[in-house]
Amino acid sequence: MSDGLDVAAVKADFPILDREVHGGRLIYLDSANTSQKPRAVLDAMAHYYANSNANVHRGTYLIAEEATNALEGARAKVARFIGAPASREVVFTKNATESLNLVAKAWGRAHLRAGDVVVLTELEHHANIVPWHQLHDELGIELRWLPITADGHLDLTDLDQIVAGAKVVSFAATSNVLGTMLPVRRLVDAAHHAGAIAVVDASQHVPHAATNVAAWGADFVAFTGHKMLGPTGIGVLWGTSEILEATPPFLSGGEMILNVTKEGFTTNEIPWKFEAGTPPIAEAVGLGAAVDYLEGLGMDAVREHEVSLTGYALRTLAERFGDDICVHGPADESERGGVMSFTFKDLHPHDLTQVFDQHGVCVRAGHHCAKPLMRVLGVAATARASLYVYNDEADVDALADAIAAAAEFFSFSGPPR
Amino acid sequence: MPGLEDLYREIILDHYRSPRNRGELPAPPATRVEGFNPLCGDEIVIFLTVANGIVEDIRIGGQGCSISQSSASMMSAAVKDKTFDEVLRLTNAFKAMMSIHVGGDEHTDAPPDADVKLGDLEALRGVVKFPVRIKCATLSWNTLAQAIDEATATKDP
Repeated sequence: MSDGLDVAAVKADFPILDREVHGGRLIYLDSANTSQKPRAVLDAMAHYYANSNANVHRGTYLIAEEATNALEGARAKVARFIGAPASREVVFTKNATESLNLVAKAWGRAHLRAGDVVVLTELEHHANIVPWHQLHDELGIELRWLPITADGHLDLTDLDQIVAGAKVVSFAATSNVLGTMLPVRRLVDAAHHAGAIAVVDASQHVPHAATNVAAWGADFVAFTGHKMLGPTGIGVLWGTSEILEATPPFLSGGEMILNVTKEGFTTNEIPWKFEAGTPPIAEAVGLGAAVDYLEGLGMDAVREHEVSLTGYALRTLAERFGDDICVHGPADESERGGVMSFTFKDLHPHDLTQVFDQHGVCVRAGHHCAKPLMRVLGVAATARASLYVYNDEADVDALADAIAAAAEFFSFSGPPR
Repeated sequence: MPGLEDLYREIILDHYRSPRNRGELPAPPATRVEGFNPLCGDEIVIFLTVANGIVEDIRIGGQGCSISQSSASMMSAAVKDKTFDEVLRLTNAFKAMMSIHVGGDEHTDAPPDADVKLGDLEALRGVVKFPVRIKCATLSWNTLAQAIDEATATKDP
């Protein structure tokens, strides 16, 4: 291997990659959608349920203490993994969507007024658009959009004018459609210079590259567990202690209170004031195991592998299909994550991926929850292949073979239009 | 296991390649209705004129996969000059072929309307083996139903 990852050994850690689909090998190229899970994550969750299952923060018996330690231990692992100054700044949610809703609905409702400006980018996921649309309808806030360039980068030409006077600048660290990696620190600085808070949707970044939220200097960072080898049902919202203290609770009930009387309630300390009800304990344990697994690989090695494999994929697709294929986003693999959205000739992505499936190749087709971006790109849908630690050059070759098979199938039947 | 040839019959690809009634009608007087498949982003636009309870003219715009586009194309050819009642019966027969039973308990297999001839639309029968694609095939039909509702609402207030 040219990079520091032993992919054959990594593949062997993922039980699902052993199964057959349609009589052949499973070639999973949809990790930007959700990642597969290593045995270590599955075992950690099963071990927790088999040995320590109890509710947290209330029992006085041994296994309740073990369960509490498992949850809080996972929080500490996540905090260290993202460079958070303190574990209490890590809030567990259901997913990144809930994390972003917490920011908009809890912080936003408390701090935004009619006419306040929220700046987004054209490449956002719906999860970082729709909650702000709701605040527009509810409070009368205004949205401004940072445009993208033709080659899929963020257009920073008018950055200072666009963020001037804004209260919030909220953006993806890495595009889930184009793979573009945004200049996070620069955007955070521009936000703060304008007097706005900076919110980073790091769902496509944390799984794929070393992340240090303190170095970013952001106020809130949202991401999800299931895209980083962890289970579904657990997400993270990191916020500085100051901003979390200034944010009212989002959901309410048990766990998030210090005291409740007939007259009212006082809230628990951060992060628990945001974690109403029984939290996803086993999922936190699984996420902690995923963090251990990624740290074992080394995030620099993970990133190096993805750059190298993305470069191989871009070259392979260009060599085999030339102008018949259009891969959106930056041409230089060092400026992007391992997400490749493409269109092929006149074939609709849905028809392409239907053929891929017959070859065991799992690729998403559609708008990828980014319809405003699709409109900017001038397409209704794309096919999107995304790479991760368990993918290798053979997987990329299988994708290219599947594209060739689709081209042949539809040309045999007569080229569409 | 269903194969690709169950899904992509030659007649489907023919309608995809050379869609019938593609284009626009001036609206108004035509009714213009958009339909979306939130799953994959497909969009369809139907332009419809009606007179005396009959589909007078229809045009199809928008973009989508071969299944949604061919279904819309075949539908446009099948409903032209038909009464609303005939369109409704055709729609129900088509949906029944897609395992969607309208206006009754979906667990009881309502007997198909034997008088309704699906013709070319029969080619889409294989779609039912690919459940994700059923929404592609029914998008234009649902949009047509909405267009007829809107056209009749404006005509007969």
